[in-house]
Amino acid sequence: MTVPTTANTAAGCAAPDQSAPLPSSVDLAKETVITGIVRNADSEAVGGAYVRLLDSSGEFTAEVVSSPEGVFRFFAAPGSWTVKALSRHGNGELAVDAVLGVNEIALNVATA
Amino acid sequence: MSRDTALVSADWAEENLETPGLVFVEVDEDTTAYDGGHIPGAIKIDWKKDLQDPVRRDFVNQEQFAALLSERGISNDDTVILYGGNNNWFAAYAYWYFKLYGHEAVKLLDGGRKKWELDARVYTKDVPVRAKTSYVAKAPNLEIRAFRDEVVQAIGVKNLVDVRSPDEFAGRLLAPAHLPQEQSQRAGHIPTAISVPWSKAANEDGTFKSDEELAKIYGEAGLDGGKDTIAYCRIGERSSHTWFVLKELLGHENVKNYDGSWTEYGSLIGVPIALGDEPGKA
Repeated sequence: MTVPTTANTAAGCAAPDQSAPLPSSVDLAKETVITGIVRNADSEAVGGAYVRLLDSSGEFTAEVVSSPEGVFRFFAAPGSWTVKALSRHGNGELAVDAVLGVNEIALNVATA
Repeated sequence: MSRDTALVSADWAEENLETPGLVFVEVDEDTTAYDGGHIPGAIKIDWKKDLQDPVRRDFVNQEQFAALLSERGISNDDTVILYGGNNNWFAAYAYWYFKLYGHEAVKLLDGGRKKWELDARVYTKDVPVRAKTSYVAKAPNLEIRAFRDEVVQAIGVKNLVDVRSPDEFAGRLLAPAHLPQEQSQRAGHIPTAISVPWSKAANEDGTFKSDEELAKIYGEAGLDGGKDTIAYCRIGERSSHTWFVLKELLGHENVKNYDGSWTEYGSLIGVPIALGDEPGKA
């Protein structure tokens, strides 16, 4: 699918294409973007992973599926978050202290 | 309704992929998932292109729904098994449509695409060819659909269940965190609504929690079993997931989905809005 060039509002709740560049409408002075790549134990990108964003109390906030290149992206708010991935190649999680702008993280998954 | 009639497991689905009279349907907003691989034999429905009216701000009407199902080769006698991504949000939304237009033989695949993927079950890219049918949709059953005036009147009277994330409920975010946040309408929630995020009802693999766990979650959140209930979210798909839980799994009698949801309510002139983590007063 193409990423809308206008504000992504009431259109839907499905995740925009995770590998696409940020839409030009996204104002990084206002948005807190948490993004990164899911990798397995061999450092290979993991596509099709379910990546979920949990708030500071551990409550589920959002979930996306990583792109074939392993890329995921959330639009959050400044503060403490946990990013967690579930995949065929195992699971992994990471705590993030996000600030305004782009917060890039590396998320590794491994079988327990 | 109950779990036995409304839900099928991934194991059951795998054993029944070729059972005559069953139609597997993948429902998503982004159908590239289907195109990249889907459950063998499944057809696709695009939530936006197929289920929304292209002009009016509404979903497809009775005639449009009948035309869609006829074109996709679904007959009135078929049992439809729905599944999709996003923890079955859009599949649950489609389930609600099927019920709204009187198709009783419809079930959700527990866990949807996610459990299928995490279980490493088989996908195909083959698209089945189904002969067209002459599907007849019934008049919409408005006992399961709430409109805005009814929602305003329900403040302090009925159970209002806000199923968005806590930050959306409180007014700290305007949309789920995987979407850009810029929007025109106000943030917050409908006064007296209880906050029970849809995700409370789901396990990590996308399957629904047990009936006992579900009953406990809504009971502890303050849902009054003696009152009618209206569920809402931002655009009505996550609340379909909760509507499904309350009506189809737990068997509550009068449960409606407010599909206008916060996108409509938060743009209305003059209606009350509550901010913060508490339900607020009527």
